[in-house]
Amino acid sequence: MGRIVTIALGAFKESVRERVLYNLVVFALLMIGAAILLGSISVGVEQIILVNLGLAAISVFGLLIAIFIGTGLVSKEIDRRTIYNILSKPVARSEFILGKYAGLLLTLFVNTAIMTAGFYVALAIQKRGLALPDFSLLIAVYFILLQLAIVVGVAIFFSCISTSILSAVFTFCIFVIGNFSSDIRAFGQDSGSPLLEKMTAVLYYLLPNFGDFNVINQVAHGVRIPRVFITANTCYALLYIAVLLSGAVLIFEEREF
Amino acid sequence: MLAIEINGLTKDYSVGFWNTRPKRALDSLNLRVESGEVFGLLGPNGAGKTTTLKTLFRLVFPTSGTARILGKELNDTSMHQRVGYLPENPYFYEHLTPEELLNYTGRLFGLGYEALRVRCRQLLERVGLTEVRNVPLRRFSKGMVQRAGIAQALINDPDVVFLDEPMTGLDPIGRREVRDLILQLREEKKTVFFSTHILSDAETLCDRVAILNRGQLQGCGELRQILSLGASITELILETPPEAMLDELRPLVVSMVRTGDRVRLEIREEANIEKAMAIALRGKAKLVSLNPVKMSLEDYFMAKVSPTKSAVTSDL
Repeated sequence: MGRIVTIALGAFKESVRERVLYNLVVFALLMIGAAILLGSISVGVEQIILVNLGLAAISVFGLLIAIFIGTGLVSKEIDRRTIYNILSKPVARSEFILGKYAGLLLTLFVNTAIMTAGFYVALAIQKRGLALPDFSLLIAVYFILLQLAIVVGVAIFFSCISTSILSAVFTFCIFVIGNFSSDIRAFGQDSGSPLLEKMTAVLYYLLPNFGDFNVINQVAHGVRIPRVFITANTCYALLYIAVLLSGAVLIFEEREF
Repeated sequence: MLAIEINGLTKDYSVGFWNTRPKRALDSLNLRVESGEVFGLLGPNGAGKTTTLKTLFRLVFPTSGTARILGKELNDTSMHQRVGYLPENPYFYEHLTPEELLNYTGRLFGLGYEALRVRCRQLLERVGLTEVRNVPLRRFSKGMVQRAGIAQALINDPDVVFLDEPMTGLDPIGRREVRDLILQLREEKKTVFFSTHILSDAETLCDRVAILNRGQLQGCGELRQILSLGASITELILETPPEAMLDELRPLVVSMVRTGDRVRLEIREEANIEKAMAIALRGKAKLVSLNPVKMSLEDYFMAKVSPTKSAVTSDL
């Protein structure tokens, strides 16, 4: 466990030193600009727009980090040969993968937490104060984090079998398809072709269903998210991450450098 | 006690994209390294030295054969707790300073805060990086990175240290320092297993060497033993010898090289030395020197490696 923590903290430190958190400056500027501008151009719906914009920005910034840093987590270590130094220590390959995963997750958590705080500041400025129901928006942030945790899992999985660039392409494709997996399944069911129906059903069950994690619109309009849905999404994400990491470890165990 | 035991280690790499075919990098390597020995693995580039080390650390997997370090199987990573490794041309996280690198590495070994602090200070001092302990590695020269690499290989006070080409890229001062460091490790009764193609380093440091070429072990033994093998050649240098004398000497020598006024003769059999001396003294040539020539490691190395190299050339 100690080694996983060491590797995780090392990965987090690397992200910070590589100036990954600079995206927060862009986010801050976006939020300040939105808070100032929205009040003057959208009468009555400015809060909905700000919530949509803020949460979407948290999701996009996180996603960019998850894909671009996540896909280099393992392949960059192999390319730069820093892996020799780690695996020649009493570190199991599974510990390396889990440590790297946890490190990026920590980076994303800190990044998302700071963005969320910034988002609430912007919301408070616009509403001239915050009320208790505003904190139900945190469910959307929690779902974004779950989504990011799956994306990092996908990224690290591909990172174990391919180069950084190809892994980024694959992960992005999985993310896009995963967002529309319910639509793709519905298309298969409506097509009338049994083969297409089976294929789309396989895709639906195989790929992560990211669409279910997007509740930004609902929370922006004050729709209550049922507790059972939160539990189901949490379990789904944990299970999916476990499968992805197990796959990544199995592949990584067999890799030569 | 054996520190390292390699039995029939073979490694084939797949080459080619569509029609992959195996390329043998290591061919049935057998080696035994005793505890407390400084052992040199010598060979030209592509001989299989790095593959041997990578196999021992399971960075690549053997096609066949087995190996043990400190009596433990290679897949037992707990054995790494007592082992240090400096990879060839080492790469570390460039955003870290040497102090952070040592802390990071030490924590992977489970060292506690206080032990790590003391060990870091000692090692930075030992490799001469105390002054630059807070400078990121990305600003380091190759030689300084190599020193940081050696320090991290020793962070756990290992019993066995593997150094892959530790002198490569170092200036003469750096090489001398690494040499002294290896000698210190020998005094501390550590086992040092290092690969190199710089023969003078091996000659200065090693108790025993193994010579590897194209994946095959060409020879292995104690340096003294290897070097005494070739002591039978005697060198005779004459100044302005007449041609008639040289004609008389020619059947007795294995080589005759003229440089200006001087002629250098190499004589193998002891009986021929006396005969050649008698001829030289009888004639009008001035005798400059008569020396038994000790075989250098380079001569031994060339004798072991060259036949295969010429075979490669004839193959081409």
